[in-house]
Amino acid sequence: MRKTLTLILALALVFALFGASSAYADDLIKVGIVNNPPSESGYREANVNDFQNVFTKENGYDAQFFYSIKNDEQLSAAQQFITDGVDYLLISAAETTGWDKVLADAADQGIGVFLFDRMIDVDPFLYEAAVVSDMAQEGDTAVDWLLAQELPEYNVVHIQGAMGSDAQIGRTGALDEQFEAGTMKKVVQQTATWDEAEAKKIVESVINSGEKFNVIYAENDGMAKGAVAALDEAGITHGIDGDVVVMGFDCNKWALRELFAGNWNYDGQCSPFQAAVIDTMIQTLEMGGDIDGLNELHQIISQEQGFDAMHICRADIATYGLGE
Amino acid sequence: MAGKKKSTFFANNSQLLIPLIAIALLVIFNLFRDPSFFSVSIASNNRGDPVLQGNLISILNGASELVILSMGMTLVTAASGGQDISVGALAAIAGSMFVKVLKSGTVTPGLIIAAFLACCAVAMVFGAFNGTLVSVFGIQPMIATLILFTSGRSIAYWINGGATPTIENATINAIGSFIPGIAIPTPILIVAAMGILFALLFRFTALGMYIQTVGINQSAARLNGINPVGIKLLTFILLGICCAVSGVIGVSRLGLINHETLLINIEMDAILAVAIGGNNLGGGKFKMIGSVLGAYAIQALTITLYAMKVPSTDVKAYKAIVIIILVVIGSPVVKAKVDQLMKKIRTGGSAERRQSA
Repeated sequence: MRKTLTLILALALVFALFGASSAYADDLIKVGIVNNPPSESGYREANVNDFQNVFTKENGYDAQFFYSIKNDEQLSAAQQFITDGVDYLLISAAETTGWDKVLADAADQGIGVFLFDRMIDVDPFLYEAAVVSDMAQEGDTAVDWLLAQELPEYNVVHIQGAMGSDAQIGRTGALDEQFEAGTMKKVVQQTATWDEAEAKKIVESVINSGEKFNVIYAENDGMAKGAVAALDEAGITHGIDGDVVVMGFDCNKWALRELFAGNWNYDGQCSPFQAAVIDTMIQTLEMGGDIDGLNELHQIISQEQGFDAMHICRADIATYGLGE
Repeated sequence: MAGKKKSTFFANNSQLLIPLIAIALLVIFNLFRDPSFFSVSIASNNRGDPVLQGNLISILNGASELVILSMGMTLVTAASGGQDISVGALAAIAGSMFVKVLKSGTVTPGLIIAAFLACCAVAMVFGAFNGTLVSVFGIQPMIATLILFTSGRSIAYWINGGATPTIENATINAIGSFIPGIAIPTPILIVAAMGILFALLFRFTALGMYIQTVGINQSAARLNGINPVGIKLLTFILLGICCAVSGVIGVSRLGLINHETLLINIEMDAILAVAIGGNNLGGGKFKMIGSVLGAYAIQALTITLYAMKVPSTDVKAYKAIVIIILVVIGSPVVKAKVDQLMKKIRTGGSAERRQSA
């Protein structure tokens, strides 16, 4: 194991130097970026824009992009990038499997591979690093914020995303711990499968039942908006100085504006901005340095924060907000 | 005499028995579970207007889009003997178009009407596309509409330009929520208006009969001077209008269009509503009121499950169980058995009466 490691590191170093010298020749670092299409979601759109803004000629890159939601199309595009002789391959894979051969080929050619947003099921030594979100950490950050509010009691209406999705599992986990520990009371826990209108119906049914609640924990912005619509119709106040604390995730621009207006209390970030981190790592490799701070899966967890309605400013909306 | 009249009423409307039984069962179940389930109260919303509140209102309000879609779906089913599975996707396209036009300038009542007309036009074009594939090219409706089912939300994405645009406007809010001063949710009023429009259409034209005729026997319809292609096409265009209205309600509820989630999976519920309504999914005779009752039954079931706090992971399973029971009760085999049993009881009863006389 250690031998392979040294070998790969040595190879990486040699090719990094080689890459550096060739980059010196035409002054640009060649990167091939394989991603999902921006039409997938608002998240993906921001993600695609982020990479297009960072990997530019001005920043010293000659970048080629390929978008598909199909794994086989992504695989052949990656293979083509290797044939084209790129220096680095950046991948957000459609599926976790099937990538062994392509990544092995890349390693043979001394191409540095970075994964972003999505993991691939391969030996971690086949890629330099993976920049990913930790959904469980997003949930923890949100629940820590909620506990810090020191409400006299916590009666939580929990609206979940599509059951089984990464975001749902991560964001539910932290809250479930509180329910089990008894620090918070679960009034209702129901899935709206990311559907805004369904979230509204769920909150309506809680209101109709007459049960007391003072927190709405919705696992994305759209569902939080649906929940708030139900509160508005029932004459229940929310947000800063309101009766009910409203929490959402994803940091859409419109959601951050709700926060800024004091209608909501909290919005948790799910950062699509991985390009800058990868850029820094590539520059480190180009200078002959090593990437550190990786865990055993070679992951770097994206820095993600939660926004509080009391502290958010206009600049935050512009910097961190997704969409329009 | 009175008894005879009653029996003919049930003979004529026997298909309505299943949705009525479904609703009755849900009502009785809920009354036992929680007698206050159906209580309706007047509250004041965050704008200070009085509004009606309660599970009954939630069911009637929440079912609005489904009810309107199932009206259109009934017609398509009756005429073409198949179902349109693209209604959710088409509603997303229509909703996106609605928002697109609204975003083009400052929102005035005139612009809202223009936006509505634009989204109706787009939905009618797509409806006509589906209808042409079915009526002119004779493709199975489910296969023909599969095209739009898979591509529709991408088209909606393209109209939106990628994001989930939001609209903050008092009039839009009134369409999806409450008109100030009127305590009934606006979507319920829109459903009533659509119902009246369809009732007038069937009362003053022979369209209903034409649709049934085409559904029962195309060649016979043609021999009688009815154009089956035109009638089928018309039902798909009418369904397109239903999609547009549903899309507009869906968008207006929250002032947001999310092309991925707007009325997601509603096509299956709409088909189910038609089936629970006792309509033959193979076409022919139909009763729109049956589908409407079916749609309300489906929504009542969902709200009941929410009120019972059924765990998120189990909701679909519970729904499936209830639906299996309803569909089995409505199946021809069970119907025939029940009819036989009823006949036996009736003849037995009259024999007894004769004896006692």
